[in-house]
Amino acid sequence: MHDKALIKDLKRKALEIRKWVIESVYRAGSGHPGGSLSIADVMACLYFHEMRHNPKDPKWPDRDRLVLSKGHAAPALYAALALAGYFPVEELKNLRKIGHFLQGHPCMKKVPGVDMSTGSLGHGLSVAVGMALAGKLDGKDYRVFVILGDGEVQEGQIWEAANSASHYKLDNIIAILDRNGLQIDGPTEEIMHVEPIAWRWQAFGWDVIEIDGHDIEEILDTFHEIKMNEKPTIIIANTIKGKGVSFMEGTLSFHGKPPSEEQYKKAMSELEQEERELNG
Amino acid sequence: MVNANITNKMRNLRDAYSSALIELGSKNEDVVVLDADLSLSTKTKRFGTVFPDRFFDMGIAEANMMGVAAGLAACGKIVFASTFAVFATGRSYDAIRQSIAYPELNVKIVATHAGISVGGDGASHQMLEDIALMRALPNMTVIAPADATEMEDVVPAIAEHSGPCYVRIGRADAPIIFETHGEFKIGRGLVLRDGSDVAIIATGTMTAEALKAYDLLKKEGIEACIVHMPTIKPIDKKLARKVAGKTGRIITCEEHTIIGGLGDAVSMAIAEKPVPMRRIGVNDVFGESGEARQLMEKYGLTAENMAKVAKEMIKKY
Ligand SMILES: Cc1ncc(C[n+]2csc(CCOP(=O)(O)OP(=O)(O)O)c2C)c(N)n1
Ligand SMILES: [Mg+2]
Repeated sequence: MHDKALIKDLKRKALEIRKWVIESVYRAGSGHPGGSLSIADVMACLYFHEMRHNPKDPKWPDRDRLVLSKGHAAPALYAALALAGYFPVEELKNLRKIGHFLQGHPCMKKVPGVDMSTGSLGHGLSVAVGMALAGKLDGKDYRVFVILGDGEVQEGQIWEAANSASHYKLDNIIAILDRNGLQIDGPTEEIMHVEPIAWRWQAFGWDVIEIDGHDIEEILDTFHEIKMNEKPTIIIANTIKGKGVSFMEGTLSFHGKPPSEEQYKKAMSELEQEERELNG
Repeated sequence: MVNANITNKMRNLRDAYSSALIELGSKNEDVVVLDADLSLSTKTKRFGTVFPDRFFDMGIAEANMMGVAAGLAACGKIVFASTFAVFATGRSYDAIRQSIAYPELNVKIVATHAGISVGGDGASHQMLEDIALMRALPNMTVIAPADATEMEDVVPAIAEHSGPCYVRIGRADAPIIFETHGEFKIGRGLVLRDGSDVAIIATGTMTAEALKAYDLLKKEGIEACIVHMPTIKPIDKKLARKVAGKTGRIITCEEHTIIGGLGDAVSMAIAEKPVPMRRIGVNDVFGESGEARQLMEKYGLTAENMAKVAKEMIKKY
């Protein structure tokens, strides 16, 4: 059980992330709102509670790492980093703009707090394995979080990485699979099935936990439960693509499309309404 | 001029690689080595035997190996990742591009079994476009050493250099041409023979052949300038321009396709003040099975062919 104030605070943070996702993608005129919104709650829990990190020292060697393997959800990562204090939130208005540092996909050389450059799907878990191996070699107790898309796991390299993580007993890796059910061309199960997903990861030697990826309390409890038992862990977070904005929820169309002006206003007013209810 | 001679001593560059790695590993605890189930062939296994904690066999999963290398490097390790050139670059290209070159991480890809001299395994294993692939990547340094002595200098040099490197070596034993250490510097070409009739610029295994070509030409009264270019990127532009100006004729020679390799790098370097150029390499075809020497002869990667091309050029220009 977690205290009510914490849960409420994280809910607020998740809403702020969602608002910035809409704001930044709208201003950029391009970007990926759907998959950013689906991970907003997980992001809030990671950056504002679970992860050990220090925005004043982004390269702190002992920090927990986060690899956003589904790099197109950069708007959610950037919002979390800005809100945590890695750079001014005003920068979020310059997403994807020439002469500014927030690249369309995460760039570790340009953005403080980004632990790995991503964008081409299927690479992040391998990098996380390397980071986790380094942690073991150096006797450090940091953990490596990695966020995967449910379409992304169709990439073969994910399974090479999954295999190597369990082979080297990397219990310092925690993967979160954003199981929003959709990729670009349609639902995962129609395009290229990924089920039985839990069973597949178990077969690769991972501990698997399935949760509601929008339930802050459940997310926190789950992180709390993870044991260092020589096995990597994957949390299958059942989510809704576009979560928080009614007309984006469960749709394919907002995977990689910004809202129009009218849609932007509607989205912001919905999120603000939710904020008022939460505070109210 | 640098002292270099064809000697009777043969030594495998892979052996030199593993010895240099072990030496490096004993001096620097941050050195970590990865391989993809070819550690007996690449000889990284020897490092693994001496430093079992810092050696990881990643199995037959090359793209993953490159990503893992990136993650280790992102945490401060100096990572050497080895497998055959065809798998190191072809199979893993996007992983190298996305996770190593773009974030500019400290990964040293040392690929063995490059080129047609792989022999019997045939075209599937004869990597002839790796220089082109790696050279096209921003932040990547590309090196092809000529002999075991140079290879022993390359290993500490790339470890000291911060950023991604690609080193390609062959499978076959190669004659020792440098008897002493210390000539190799990233980005520096070496004049091995002076001459003003034609310049032969070679890299990797072809440099020894170029030295032989010098002797063949000399017998016919032709003075060739022989340049060894161990670093293909960044290419030694100054030296390329200098020998172009001095000789007015350039031949490049590489165990690689003529597209995108040393020949391209040299022609780019002299493009503002061009001189006639001929490039010797594999002419945009795949290789085939055969003995290394037979293949080198069939595809014109020999001193005799260099001398022939040099004479043609001198006649024509
Ligand atoms: C290797 C690669 N192939 C294709 C793409 C283009 N692409 C971007 S997002 C996406 C769909 C991703 O679906 P999923 O992993 O389910 O992400 P989410 O639903 O969370 O947005 C695709 C195909 C890419 N970025 N990388
Ligand atoms: Mg999805």
